[in-house]
Amino acid sequence: MNNYVTIYPPQSTFLFVVFTIIKMVIVFTVYMVGVALLTLAERKISAWMQDRHGPNRVGKGWLQPAADGLKNIMKEETYPGAAYTPLFVLAPVLSFIPALVTWAVIPFAAPWASRWGMIDMVLAPLPVGFLFILAVSSLGVYGIVLAGWSSNNKYALLGGLRSSAQMVSYEIAMGMSTIPVLILAGNVSLNQIVQQQATMGWNVLNLTVAFFIFMIAAFAETNRLPFDLPEAESELITGYHTEYSAMKFSMFFIAEYANMVTASGLMATLFFGGWDIPFTLWDNIAPHTLLKTVITQGFFAFKVLFFVFFFMWIRWTLPRFRYDQLMSLGWRFLLPLALAYIVIIASVVLGIDAAGLWGRYIGPGRILSVANIILLAVNMVLCFLLFWVLDRGRIISPAYSRLERRDLERLRAMSAARIPVTAEAGD
Amino acid sequence: MAIGVKVVDRPIDETSYIRATVKGLALTFKHLMNPHKVTTQYPEEKDALSKRWRGTHRMLTTEDGKAKCVACGLCPTVCPANCIKLVPGEDEKGNRYPLLFEIDEFRCIFCGYCQEVCPEEAIHVGRHYENAEFSREGFVYDLERLMAQTHPVSELWDPADPRGE
Repeated sequence: MNNYVTIYPPQSTFLFVVFTIIKMVIVFTVYMVGVALLTLAERKISAWMQDRHGPNRVGKGWLQPAADGLKNIMKEETYPGAAYTPLFVLAPVLSFIPALVTWAVIPFAAPWASRWGMIDMVLAPLPVGFLFILAVSSLGVYGIVLAGWSSNNKYALLGGLRSSAQMVSYEIAMGMSTIPVLILAGNVSLNQIVQQQATMGWNVLNLTVAFFIFMIAAFAETNRLPFDLPEAESELITGYHTEYSAMKFSMFFIAEYANMVTASGLMATLFFGGWDIPFTLWDNIAPHTLLKTVITQGFFAFKVLFFVFFFMWIRWTLPRFRYDQLMSLGWRFLLPLALAYIVIIASVVLGIDAAGLWGRYIGPGRILSVANIILLAVNMVLCFLLFWVLDRGRIISPAYSRLERRDLERLRAMSAARIPVTAEAGD
Repeated sequence: MAIGVKVVDRPIDETSYIRATVKGLALTFKHLMNPHKVTTQYPEEKDALSKRWRGTHRMLTTEDGKAKCVACGLCPTVCPANCIKLVPGEDEKGNRYPLLFEIDEFRCIFCGYCQEVCPEEAIHVGRHYENAEFSREGFVYDLERLMAQTHPVSELWDPADPRGE
């Protein structure tokens, strides 16, 4: 399966350092400016969805992020008297950095064979890229938990607690949902996951269920609606950042958007082919010109922006989950589903392996791979089961599904007879 | 079960989450593509005020530029908020006029009784609402200021609206 990996002559250390620094500066700048503009995009999109205008005063609305930033820098930084100051200051940084660091291993364009050697369009082409992402993205919860704890405020603490429970729960489902991707790619390097998708078709076609689980978990990981329980304005007064003001508050805000961009980048890379251009192998083969790099970069940006838009779209469509719904969705639905899916995909891949069908093609040309067709067929069956059979009141359960059957009957009878429910001894 | 729990009977086999989500997404997308922007862009656009709108006061004047007020004292008497201060005076011909006429717009509740009670149709509540000030003192309108106001006055009832009678 790994015959598409090409080994390029290594660069000199000096050139490697120089290009890495250039890439870092460019990526960081684009990323931060993008995040700033995303705050504007979010406000505009939410406004249009709610039949409003959105920000349209500061430079026709375009300078709104700059105005917001200026405001937050000028504002007074308040420190609650009872807060534990070192962690209180550290928390915004801790929630922001993991999102930024994760971006280092995501390949954002096709490599460029420049006259100075092959330049990978990724900040750090780690061979363990995927494991790095799992490791770093779970650090993001520390910022929120520490913010909640060090604020010494009951709402902030509740927000931090909810966040830790939520992130721990969904981290598992998220990790499990990506195992099928790794099974197909046979590697944890993100560059090779992208290359594998270029040859075998995007993972979203072969592994729709895994994408579905990953997407839900990504929403939960980024604390976006419908999973924004750590913030929960109506219940917890914005939860963990209740006590934060000025630029420290802004850091949490930036962190949320940075997380969103990173999660979008991951979804694009793991399931939507990364920088791959669909229906052509032109972008994946030599010569690796600058033109290819630029165009694939454009495609990658489009995919990421689509998912960012999807994040916002979902946010302004769905209300927040109840806490028990959140937990039961994570532990009783997503985790078993992800585990079952690993078993199924592993069995299918093993079956294809045993039958020796890798690299077999049917029909004219080398287009229709037998293995691909089998995977697609399995995927269609599973999608039907998930979206038409399982999605019958089993994904998000109503409140009364937690009750004992006889309690439910009793309550129903009472509410039908309009008898006020009275307290029972021991309740 | 200490509190009354309302159990909504939902057919569990017909409820769905994913399909309902897709429906919701379609709705929001429809609005995103074609937003019916109904917000009034305030400083540029202003909604028309009702003819019965009661805002800050205005003292009408006679042709020779004097206040119509004859200092009869009815408006401070009828004022439920006690916001009108009036000191009557009399000139050599025996015409009464206000020596001091002040309305504290902060205390005023804009009931319009002063306009209703005025026999000379001198004091009016106005169809006007942009009256921000930097200090509380700025809200005490004296006679010159009341006479200098140019905004339209309230009709207290709208002849076109029979319910106003």
